[in-house]
Amino acid sequence: MQDRIKYWKGIEELENAPEFEKHAHNEFPEFLPVNELEGGESSNGKTRRRDFLKLLGFSMAAVSLASCEAPVRKAIPYLNKPVDVEPGVANWYASTFYLNGDYNSILVKTREGRPIKIEPNPSSGLTPLGTSPKAQGSLMGLYDNNRLRFPLIAGKEAKWEDVDKQIKSRLANVSGKVAFVSSTIISPSTKRLIDEFGSRFGNFEHVTYDANSASALLQANGGVIPGYDFSKANIIVGINADFLGTWVAPVPFAKQYIQTRKVDADNPSMSRHYQFETMLSLTGSNADVRVPIKPSEEAAFVTALHNAVTGQGASSGSAADAKVMAAVVKDLQANRGKALVVCGSNDPGIQAMVKAINTALGAEGTTIDTAAPYFVKQGNDAAMIRLIEEMNAGSVGAVFFFNANPAYNHPLAARVVSGLKKVGLKVSFADRVEETAKFADFVTPDHHYLESWNDFEPKRGYISLSQPVISPIFTTRQMQDSLLVWSDQQTNFYEYMRNNWRSVASGDFNKFWEKAVHDGVLENGTSMLQVSTSTATASTSVRKIQPAGVEAVLYEKVSIGTGEMINNPWLQELPDPVSKATWGNYVAVPRLMAEEMQVVQGDVLKVTFANNESIELPALIQPGQANGTVAIAMGYGRDLEAMPVANGLGANAYPIATVADNAVLYTSGVKLEKTNATSPIAQTQTHHTIMDRIVVQENTLAKYKENPKEVTKYIRLATHEGPAKPATISLWDDYEYKNHHWGMVIDLNSCIGCGSCTMSCNVENNIPVVGKAEVLNRREMHWMRIDRYYSAKEHEEKDYAEMEHPADNPSVIFQPMLCQHCNHAPCETVCPVAATMHSSEGINQMVYNRCVGTRYCANNCPYKVRRFNWFAYANNDKFGFNETMNNDLGKMVLNPDVTVRTRGVMEKCSFCVQRVQLGKLEAKRENRRPQDGDIVTACAQSCPTEAIVFGDMKNPESRISKILARQQGERAFHVLEELNTQPNVTYLTKIRNLA
Amino acid sequence: MQHVSPIREPLVTGGKTYHDITEDVCRQVEAKPNVRWAAALAVALVGLAIFIYSVYRTLWYGIGEWGLNKTVGWAWDITNFVWWVGIGHAGTLISAILLLFRQKWRTSINRAAEAMTIFAVICAAMFPVLHMGRPWLAYWVLPLPNTFGSLWVNFNSPLLWDVFAISTYFSVSLVFWYIGLIPDFATIRDRATGPIARRAYAVLSFGWTGSAKAWSRYETVSLILAGLATPLVLSVHTIVSMDFATSVIPGWHTTIFPPYFVAGAIFSGFAMVLTLMIITRKVFFLEHYITLEHVESMNKVIILTGSIVGVAYTTEFFIAWYSGVEYEQYAFINRAFGPYWWAYWSMMTCNVITPQLFWFRKIRRSLTATFIISIFVNIGMWFERFVIIVTSLHRDYLPSSWAMFSPTMIDIGVYVGTIGLFFTLFLLFTKFFPVVNMAEVKSILKSSSEVNAHHGKAATMHATDKDLNSNTHRNE
Repeated sequence: MQDRIKYWKGIEELENAPEFEKHAHNEFPEFLPVNELEGGESSNGKTRRRDFLKLLGFSMAAVSLASCEAPVRKAIPYLNKPVDVEPGVANWYASTFYLNGDYNSILVKTREGRPIKIEPNPSSGLTPLGTSPKAQGSLMGLYDNNRLRFPLIAGKEAKWEDVDKQIKSRLANVSGKVAFVSSTIISPSTKRLIDEFGSRFGNFEHVTYDANSASALLQANGGVIPGYDFSKANIIVGINADFLGTWVAPVPFAKQYIQTRKVDADNPSMSRHYQFETMLSLTGSNADVRVPIKPSEEAAFVTALHNAVTGQGASSGSAADAKVMAAVVKDLQANRGKALVVCGSNDPGIQAMVKAINTALGAEGTTIDTAAPYFVKQGNDAAMIRLIEEMNAGSVGAVFFFNANPAYNHPLAARVVSGLKKVGLKVSFADRVEETAKFADFVTPDHHYLESWNDFEPKRGYISLSQPVISPIFTTRQMQDSLLVWSDQQTNFYEYMRNNWRSVASGDFNKFWEKAVHDGVLENGTSMLQVSTSTATASTSVRKIQPAGVEAVLYEKVSIGTGEMINNPWLQELPDPVSKATWGNYVAVPRLMAEEMQVVQGDVLKVTFANNESIELPALIQPGQANGTVAIAMGYGRDLEAMPVANGLGANAYPIATVADNAVLYTSGVKLEKTNATSPIAQTQTHHTIMDRIVVQENTLAKYKENPKEVTKYIRLATHEGPAKPATISLWDDYEYKNHHWGMVIDLNSCIGCGSCTMSCNVENNIPVVGKAEVLNRREMHWMRIDRYYSAKEHEEKDYAEMEHPADNPSVIFQPMLCQHCNHAPCETVCPVAATMHSSEGINQMVYNRCVGTRYCANNCPYKVRRFNWFAYANNDKFGFNETMNNDLGKMVLNPDVTVRTRGVMEKCSFCVQRVQLGKLEAKRENRRPQDGDIVTACAQSCPTEAIVFGDMKNPESRISKILARQQGERAFHVLEELNTQPNVTYLTKIRNLA
Repeated sequence: MQHVSPIREPLVTGGKTYHDITEDVCRQVEAKPNVRWAAALAVALVGLAIFIYSVYRTLWYGIGEWGLNKTVGWAWDITNFVWWVGIGHAGTLISAILLLFRQKWRTSINRAAEAMTIFAVICAAMFPVLHMGRPWLAYWVLPLPNTFGSLWVNFNSPLLWDVFAISTYFSVSLVFWYIGLIPDFATIRDRATGPIARRAYAVLSFGWTGSAKAWSRYETVSLILAGLATPLVLSVHTIVSMDFATSVIPGWHTTIFPPYFVAGAIFSGFAMVLTLMIITRKVFFLEHYITLEHVESMNKVIILTGSIVGVAYTTEFFIAWYSGVEYEQYAFINRAFGPYWWAYWSMMTCNVITPQLFWFRKIRRSLTATFIISIFVNIGMWFERFVIIVTSLHRDYLPSSWAMFSPTMIDIGVYVGTIGLFFTLFLLFTKFFPVVNMAEVKSILKSSSEVNAHHGKAATMHATDKDLNSNTHRNE
């Protein structure tokens, strides 16, 4: 065998010169000859000047280089890679979000074991399309640093073993009633478990109450919510029911509602929606005809409608204009079997009358699916009120609170607090110490829903599941598991639930179960939920509300709801769809009243409730608010250590709700006084009218039927050859798109303005929350916003001062606004460093790394969709509430595919370029072209009404191409077409079905 | 030799001799600091401190320290920028264009005006860098070869044109100013008694010998630089105006902007020269060199440019109406009657109405009136830029994004601070540099100076044959 080939360092090694041998062991033989004597030079032993300079230079360079090194951050790789977890590849798990009626069957996108996005579950029959903004935002609740990390005994940190031991021993000796208080539970297994848990006690009651109750509706309909199907209705009458925003089950309702609202030239028909309401709700904003009525007029109105429709009783006077009333009655009668009346009142008499109206209209079996009622609200006001009295009487031995916070959100909150002191054992499952848990002996924090197994039945025959997508972050325990432990069962809730499901399984259970968990839904008609239907039937007798002073109504804000997720910075910063206000509640005052009181927006009003308590809130002039009334959102006014985000925001308006005849009414008379203080309201939009500009277009159905080609106004430029389309006159060369050309169509008819797209975009694209002060500075960062315009009051042409004022009962139009990805983008030409440029697929790209932050692009954007990072929003204590970027737990929610932008750079909608790239790569891997629907932007994906369609305009088979081909010259328009920016986002004119 | 009309007012009064000029101009350079000068410097240094603090806040925390928002992306920053650039126009105009037109009256004011130009451009140049979100990357706007994957600047962007325009203007102005200073530095050097002064001015004067050859070259270079600088006077503000004119925003997208901005710049530049000169001549006793004649000439330029600006304002309104573009129409109605009406009417009053008072000779020749009006013009021209920038942006196309702008203390601090910086530089200049160009004033002494009273003739008349100061050929 030959020796290894030897390579010499040089001729010296070959020769093996002594000089070489001397230095052979040195890796760098030629040292800087500092302090070395060589030859005859510098025999004095001193360093030579040149060497000194060399050394000096080297050490300077070395020191400065060493200081440049970035700190090392250790990342620990998987030692044993979990199955199915590929770093960089997302997994989706089916689950369910349910909170106070807001039901969404969802897919949870996880990356490396972290849930990072909520997406709709297309397998669901109820909510296949989009999600509510709350569902999107609920993700942040998982990473909320203020959740309890351990159980508490008397407010002190405790161990689960101690908690269990103590609770078990105290339950064994409990005397008096054991009550389990919860908000509506739609989980069949949980309900069964609670009943089983209670069966051990002699006197047990599961009391369900809702912070925003539908008790009267349930009472009038035998304990369930009628199976409304808005998609079958030609005429929809809503009475104080915000069914697209907050009432009962808004996401399924929105999906149904919009089915009859989409029009094209082949099918130019749509439902007509009348809305009678006190405050301008999201639903009212979408109505074709909207009439403001006072709460005290509601009863008379429903009676009049009832009498007119059924032909019984005298036709009584009603608050609504006689002409509108006649039109409603005429439309309803002409559409028997195709009409639906819904009412949000919590007065059993009114609800009974509404039921009678629907019966008379033949709605049952047509627009109301009697076989499939909704279960999303089951609260029983009377039972809760009774329990509160029992607690005060001292006859309650133990009480459990699950998703229930009556010390805050019940009209008798003070009685709840006093009653709690007389209860021997108080256990709360709250995830943090809130108003009720403060009084609890034990706080045994429940898991977040993304850490839990559960099942749901929001509507009879529609079952869904939730599954843990992350192992519990804190030492919390699911409520159901706690109950199992305390009732000495050896099983856990997962097994319990599986067992419960065996009754509905067919075939091999494991296969059935796996499929159910995989799909997340089971919709073969089986029903598992038991609801109590033993409610007393309500009579149609109507209680007269005596108008007392200013009538106030309490309402749910679309993003905040009843206040459970109040500590969520995303939801706080999501503007109210109608008022566009963020961060806090306010008194919505109609213009006339404000003028009478000499109040301007932002003036603080003192609101004194019927119980003589008072709060102070700023006034917001709300067009559409019925005169003589005000509206205040619930959920605010928290002062808890565990809710730092919400602390100091707004005031608690729950005292508006009053108890009368064992029912909770969400309206009462209040006294308003002007104070000298002012408090600004952080709105994302402060100019409310369209100023007679054609940036958003609408027309009537009648005109559309007449000639669909005349409903949209197209701008034409005057040339010597006659009027020309702006795009045909251009200084610029057009781009040539060889492969893809991404585009978006937004149907203004379908957009209900709910804000899901905004929320979804925020989550997907790591958009920072900037806080109230910065929203007031007009610096919110939302890439996707919904512009809301009120119609102006009557004015002369060009009377600009007049047209700034919205009408008192305006018609409302929503326009989702995002980067228009202009083909001739004004931003692209002005950037001095070419940080924003056009992609070869039509996307206007923003290169954060290159941006120096001159903001010229934002100034030159006619759509004002560019957002600048005024401060560092990440790792900055000043923005601590921006939890997604300022604490290690919150940061887990960030989408790893999207950069967190640094201070001083511009950002904007990217058309979810990360999704586009992923879709293309997946297709490439499978050696095919991306198919239509493979790539969906976050906004389009989350829209519950499919108002947004994204796709490749190069592909003639794509949905977007087909829509554009069909709507060209009819409803398709570009905003500000005359600027020749040639956007890739196209809007479809809104059509109203005016009476 | 040139002919000077006997009825023309002399440019140098008080019967100064060559030596008097040297004495008068060198006095403040050589003497101990004047108390009033020291007090002024103290005030200016306070301004400078405010500037440093405001800039620190801006750089440390971010542009969010200013009052800008998603709708109004530029406000005081670019207003100040354009205002300072505008002020920086007078110096070069005076020295270059008036040199080419052989306007001898410029000689006594060109030095200070050019200094003002340079300091104003320094103040202006701060803003394009300061207003950046990431000013530490400002060098990316230069077309430098780089290792970032052959990234290049965007030559379509008017901001890039600005970079070239401002830097060219600044370097040419600086060279022009400095060349002019060399003979005067040599004079001071030759007179200097202290060793430091002698060495410093020796270095500054580049070894000027005063030989005929040197003078010949000096004049040639001056002429060449004047030729170079003249188009720059017009181009700088033209290009600055294109930041706005090439955009799509109503109120910005206006073809009239280039000439209108240039006129406005000269207008504001002359106003600032007047403000400074009226103080300087008083403080340094230079009344005989910077005479009422000079003030009146500059006031005439102010009437002219002020009227051009006024016509431009009117034309904008006319075109907005005539174009039939609703956005344009609204932008202008909003300027005059919208929420920022006060800014618009301040601008109109200061820029269009007050300068018209200069039609009256009495006002034109009144130092007090001139000083007050020059301040008005300075304010008015600041408002002009504010009106153009903020009122156009705050209500542009989509009413949903309409917003108001209100400045923060830091906004105000940066602006006030640049004034502090400017005056610090200017005061240092007046102390250490000759504020009047001795060499050039001397060159006109024979042709256009006032006869000394003891020579017997009335002071207002021009030189007669007897007067040694005059070498004018005249047939009487």
